[in-house]
Amino acid sequence: MTDKVTLARGLNMGLRRAMDNDPKVVVMGEDVGKLGGVFRITDGLQKDFGEDRVIDSPLAESGIVGTAVGMAMRGYKPVVEIQFDGFVYPAYDQIVCQVAKLHFRSRGLQPMPLVIRIPFGGGIGAVEHHSESPEAQFAHTPGLKVVACSNPVDGYWMLQQAIACPDPVVFLEPKRQYHADKAELDTEVDPDPLFASRVVRPGNDVTLLAYGPTVKTCLKAAEAAEADGQSLEVIDLRTLSPLDMEPVHESVRRTGRAIVVHEAHVNLGMGAEVGARITEECFYSLEAPVLRVGGLDTPYPASRIEEDWLPGLDRVLDAVDRSLEW
Amino acid sequence: MTHRHDFGPDLVEVFGPSQADGGPELIQLLTPEGERVEHPDFRFDPRDERDQPLDEAETIRGFYRDMVLSRRVDTEATALQRHGELGIWAQLLGQEAAQIGAGRALKPQDYVFPTYREHGVAWCRGVDPLKLLGLFRGVDHGSWDPNEHNFGLYTIVIGAQTLHATGYAMGIQRDGAVGTGDPERDAAVIAHFGDGASSQGDVNEAFVFAASYNAPVVFFCQNNQWAISEPIERQSRIPLYQRALGFGFPGLRVDGNDVLATYAVTRAALQRAREGQGPTFIEAYTYRMGAHTTTDDPTRYRHSEDVEHWKLKDPIERVKVHLRRNGLAEETFFADVQAEADDLGARLRKGCHDLPDPDPRRVFDHVYAEMPAELVAQRDEFTAYLDSFEEAQA
Repeated sequence: MTDKVTLARGLNMGLRRAMDNDPKVVVMGEDVGKLGGVFRITDGLQKDFGEDRVIDSPLAESGIVGTAVGMAMRGYKPVVEIQFDGFVYPAYDQIVCQVAKLHFRSRGLQPMPLVIRIPFGGGIGAVEHHSESPEAQFAHTPGLKVVACSNPVDGYWMLQQAIACPDPVVFLEPKRQYHADKAELDTEVDPDPLFASRVVRPGNDVTLLAYGPTVKTCLKAAEAAEADGQSLEVIDLRTLSPLDMEPVHESVRRTGRAIVVHEAHVNLGMGAEVGARITEECFYSLEAPVLRVGGLDTPYPASRIEEDWLPGLDRVLDAVDRSLEW
Repeated sequence: MTHRHDFGPDLVEVFGPSQADGGPELIQLLTPEGERVEHPDFRFDPRDERDQPLDEAETIRGFYRDMVLSRRVDTEATALQRHGELGIWAQLLGQEAAQIGAGRALKPQDYVFPTYREHGVAWCRGVDPLKLLGLFRGVDHGSWDPNEHNFGLYTIVIGAQTLHATGYAMGIQRDGAVGTGDPERDAAVIAHFGDGASSQGDVNEAFVFAASYNAPVVFFCQNNQWAISEPIERQSRIPLYQRALGFGFPGLRVDGNDVLATYAVTRAALQRAREGQGPTFIEAYTYRMGAHTTTDDPTRYRHSEDVEHWKLKDPIERVKVHLRRNGLAEETFFADVQAEADDLGARLRKGCHDLPDPDPRRVFDHVYAEMPAELVAQRDEFTAYLDSFEEAQA
């Protein structure tokens, strides 16, 4: 079946298909039932799968993740929704100390096939705590896998693959993209693997590395740069833990220049790890230091200035110029 | 100066003698002097897993044996720590009745979520005590199979397991294993925690979730009066069991040094959960006779008179007196249990010493169900690095 869908719709369809295929998949979170989630990602699921499988939870994030751990121990596959990125921290202890470690602690006897969905990133004019990018905090934790989708087709497939994954997956969704663009979704093709990065626009001069919301920014940057005669390659990292560096290394060996672009703070963000790995593997190919463009090292600002704070088109192009001038 | 408001319920006097002895609400079936007493709501009525009556005297003798052997595990492990064989040990001394009463009330299909001090419950679930020692020796994080014993791994983060217990109970509900009336199918979960944990957010969230979904879970709080150095008054200004009402389910305070009462109350609460009537909070009122762990020094923060006071309420001694006074056990029985304890102690000493250190190369095992290529690469590099030393020695 082929259809043009938004990211929100793709995720919804992916969830529905996963629930159809496996009766052990349950969805839990705040407002995910009757309301269908504040972003409508779970729209209609409770009506079709019932209150036992699409569970409106009390308003307590540690409780959501902690009870999901118990359900996983009983053989269920919980897909929990954290309503907004900035509200994941009450569950941080359960995610880092329990979800991430139980398979290890129990020598594989207590698998944790959880998916923790987190809408992340800014650009929606929200109040504080609704626009954050906490991915590095989870990618730093052994035992977790962390992925970020950037488009409707990936949303549909990656969510199903994350649910099928026997390890716990923190699944990041760029909330700014939920209802932004539509893409052609063919539900019958073989998807790319979950833990694989992907070249989304080939180029020769500079490699842009992005994930989630900044993939679109980088694609726009590449278009704009083309008019100036610059050929930018854009890679959607897709998986943040583990990283899939081979396509990145292949690209940087050709271009000699790399820029990592994410909304999260630059200091100790994913760009630091990606940059270090490029340096380890591609040292003699580099024509310039790996640059990082990201959120400033301040708390997320009040929303009237968020577009200045976020790594937008101009800041990416500025970094491209700096890299090429090196 | 104490200021009193004229509205609302009075705060229960938590520093007074009634609190120190558990107060009139304490459910007790066997006094510290070893005398059986009646309670209007609970009686000692031991049953097997099919709910068939068990011989009372035989059951009490079994409890006695369980408690003596659990205490032996504890004293032996404490000694092993002093000899440097264990890095640390969390002592259960004084809490044997709470743990054996709760542990023996379980059916095989029930599931236990322990803290790191439930050595007596582990004993009831058939976990070899030697496997408990591995964690405290530092050779593993708990080596028993949780699903073989329906006894979870020890949880170090205070209170985190109460949410797991609630979620597991929600899974039981979804499996249709509640309220069927089949004594071998209907299942419940018991979550262990202490008075200190009662202040944790996770524990309070577990109460909210369990109440909201009417989950088949029993919250079993061993109030041993001390959270390391902090007395119960630092955690709560009302008796803990009264908190349950605010969450919407019943709370009970049982004499945690009375194995008969603990068994009776826990069995009733578990049965209530299995029948689909939802959660119960049990405050097992007891006392931590030892230190928090072997690294702790309780003389810095509590009076020896308190400990002496609680010695008179010893959970094992009162059962022994009861069995002897009523002719329910021969002297040979006590001697046999003692001999069994000695054998167990010897086995633990030898077994602990013989526990092998893990191979550092195996630290990568089970981090993931599907190990990512980058971790495979790190493992191979680390293995080659370690091997290079052995090759150099060869």
